[in-house]
Amino acid sequence: MSLPMCERLIFDYGRAGRGARGQWPAAEGSVPEIPASLRRSRPPALPEVSELDVVRHYTRLSQLNFSIDTHFYPLGSCTMKYNPRACNAAAMLPEFLGRHPLATARHSQGFLACMYELQEMLMEVTGMKGVALTPMAGAHGEFAGVAMIRAYHRARADLARNEIIVPTAAHGTNPATATMCGCVAREIGVGPDGDVDLAALRTTVGPRTAGIMLTNPSTLGIFERGIAEVARIVHEAGGLLYYDGANLNAILGKVRPGDMGFDVMHMNLHKTFSTPHGGGGPGAGAVGVGPRLLPFMPLPIVARDGEGDAARYRWLSEADRPQSIGRLTGFNGNAGVLLRAYVYMRMLGREGMSRVGEYATLNSNYLLARLQQAGYVAAYPQRRASHEFILTLKALAQQQGVTAMDVAKRLLDYGFHAPTTYFPLLVPECLLIEPTETESKETLDAFVVAMATILSEAGSEPDMVRGAPHRMPVRRLDDVRAARELDLAYRPVSG
Amino acid sequence: MLAAIGAPDIETLFEEIPAALRVRSLAGVPEGLNEQQVMSLMYARARQDGRPLNFIGAGAYEHHIPAAVWAIVARGEFYSAYTPYQAEASQGTLQTIYEYQSMISALTGLQVANASLYDGATAVAEACLMAVRANRKSSAARVLIPRTVHPNYRAVTRAATGGQGLKLEELAYLRASGQTAADALSSYEGQDVTALVIQQPNFFGVLEEVDALTDWAHARGALVIAVVNPISLAVLKPPGSWGQRGADIVVGDGQPLGCPLSSGGPYFGFMATRMDYVRQMPGRIVGRTVDLDGRPGFTLTLQAREQHIRRGKATSNICTNQGLLMIAGTIYCAMMGAAGLERVAQACMARTAQLVGALSRLAGVRSAFGTARFHEAVLLFDRPVAPLLEALAANGIEGGFDLGLHYPELGHALLVCATEARSAADVAAYAQRLSELLKESRVA
Repeated sequence: MSLPMCERLIFDYGRAGRGARGQWPAAEGSVPEIPASLRRSRPPALPEVSELDVVRHYTRLSQLNFSIDTHFYPLGSCTMKYNPRACNAAAMLPEFLGRHPLATARHSQGFLACMYELQEMLMEVTGMKGVALTPMAGAHGEFAGVAMIRAYHRARADLARNEIIVPTAAHGTNPATATMCGCVAREIGVGPDGDVDLAALRTTVGPRTAGIMLTNPSTLGIFERGIAEVARIVHEAGGLLYYDGANLNAILGKVRPGDMGFDVMHMNLHKTFSTPHGGGGPGAGAVGVGPRLLPFMPLPIVARDGEGDAARYRWLSEADRPQSIGRLTGFNGNAGVLLRAYVYMRMLGREGMSRVGEYATLNSNYLLARLQQAGYVAAYPQRRASHEFILTLKALAQQQGVTAMDVAKRLLDYGFHAPTTYFPLLVPECLLIEPTETESKETLDAFVVAMATILSEAGSEPDMVRGAPHRMPVRRLDDVRAARELDLAYRPVSG
Repeated sequence: MLAAIGAPDIETLFEEIPAALRVRSLAGVPEGLNEQQVMSLMYARARQDGRPLNFIGAGAYEHHIPAAVWAIVARGEFYSAYTPYQAEASQGTLQTIYEYQSMISALTGLQVANASLYDGATAVAEACLMAVRANRKSSAARVLIPRTVHPNYRAVTRAATGGQGLKLEELAYLRASGQTAADALSSYEGQDVTALVIQQPNFFGVLEEVDALTDWAHARGALVIAVVNPISLAVLKPPGSWGQRGADIVVGDGQPLGCPLSSGGPYFGFMATRMDYVRQMPGRIVGRTVDLDGRPGFTLTLQAREQHIRRGKATSNICTNQGLLMIAGTIYCAMMGAAGLERVAQACMARTAQLVGALSRLAGVRSAFGTARFHEAVLLFDRPVAPLLEALAANGIEGGFDLGLHYPELGHALLVCATEARSAADVAAYAQRLSELLKESRVA
């Protein structure tokens, strides 16, 4: 399948005096004067185009994208599952869209009831004792979590604890978050079987340990079997356990972070609870906490007073939670995204939750088995895959000079979005593949056929594979030039 | 499928999870609903909240959104794509970001913008952290933030920067004008100041003397962080032209550009800066380059600043942006153009002037500041505001934002806003109802 070719810039469609006048408000008879020193002297250089120009241009641009709705998108660690349209339709109801974040309680009860019930459902599926919904992405939730860990130690006057332990395989956001919170990241390795190196952990923990950040299943696509021991070691050293919810999809309905001993976590609602990825956001990174961190949760949080028909909902503020780490968003987080997650959870229901984990894991293990049969090498063949798995193409790179990146680019030609490449960093020439539970066996089989074909092409036509993609709107881009000769904004030709 | 795996059943796939940890029940999650059932529930919840006539602004503004904006944004190719890691399969998103960066650059008057941040509040926080990195002459990590900056933006900035030891010091405002007080600055003469934040229009809707404030900061080696409303930039001097040298970092909330109020999000934060500081900027940046055949194309660039490369030494932990909302903002700006945005800005100013005129004519109500404003104003009442807002809400009117919590020194103060989405008849209806309520209720 091929995509349309390039599209001009919107600015190139502009003609002086053209405009979508049907969108302009009527001219006002009397507009207050702006003092001359504060007034704009020249209009901003925005395009002057018709409504049709705009609609056609951005529709064409959309068609240059791969997306879940158009292509299989097995991007590891990103959980690119189908986003049910009902979630969008419900969040886009006019009353929800028009509701001001500072509206009075009278005009808030429907929205707040959804938010309260979402908090409750997230607590149930994670085993945590409190949930705050406002962090706006996974990394933002991480910030909230580590800030709470820091606040907890400070409240106990345990001021030396500023080290956050992070496995080498962790997402880059983990150490970056530690730094943002004024902590120091200390990295520890994993053993040959992919589990955390417990001996290294024992020698790393101490009186400076604030906590550890873990993903489970880990970024290696396998369940951390020693999790109970990890929890014991860190807790005995006085630290807390942070669960990075990036891979929650794998275990939804099967095992809960709260039961594994975690004290705080974030959930990527745009992964596990299927809110849209939107070309890179908006996400939602709700945080859950165990009993020790309840007082420190970010604000606002929704509370319910009364039961049944008499129930009234309200936002809690600093007056209710004086030890809170504070406010992390201008208003109430990505509220419209939270509504979508709420609808998704209500549709799945109790039974559906465990089906998610089961079918995500089934699809992943099936795809791994078929790809191994096709000649690909698993990074951890002795381990059971979770909802995702890693192939290592080290041998292919050494023998044919065809890298993981080349295979990824060639997949685009066959109409499949590439898996995650070169992450985690500790597996050479790796592809991290996550099919998700919403794909059919037929789609997975078609992907295997494409992968097998590419393996054969790597032997017969390695140059062709190295030059892939060939059927996209553009070929490989000159990233070096992009960074050296910065062209970050359109500049109108003067004169 | 199980046969291909060599497993007897699905449960076997979870054999590595210790049995003691397995979930026994999820009793707290209700039974699943089908689409019809869940939509019925959501219609009912939406009806509960109703559609009041809104006069609240305070950082989130109700504007007309062209129907085409969300028709395009909701296309699956935008809605269900992810961060453009594979540039060849993401040219649509990448080119849209490039066009967005170009428009933000045009509106703000600074050379380079990033691909968006979470919202206006977090953008201010990121700007403060960035200023500390960028201002190498200053070692104080001290940022001055006037009380005329949105109180929630200040709260978020405190929460986001405290861990890194930033010193945020608040500046008083003049009671007569609602503007940042020049003598609040004078106490910092001779001291090391890293940056000064200036919000224009400020939280009260009042226009600050941005040229003088900018020059004051630059003369003392401090950077200037401008916080602006993008619609206002159609008529107000762009931050790139403030004072002698212009602001150094510009941020704001992009919500007025095509994003519905939606209970506070998702919105997007925008950020622009001078080319000199581009490597200190957080978030994704898209550049135009060429492919192997020399054809133009777009790609993520300067990624060495970011967490997935730099890990603990990254400029920020931010990973995603607010892609979908950024797309909405881009389409909105393209649709309106400079002339359309100017019309919107003027209609907002005219309607707010009408609103202030109509309400401050009522006995017991007066305008707090006589200073030039954009599309918000502070009104002072002779009695507590909260009961009035409750009574207005009972009549289907959201009358404004009660300033009592954040600015108790103002007394009974209400922040009101009227955009182009309000008609003259809406303004008259508000004035009529408020007039009746003021007559009914007694002065406290």
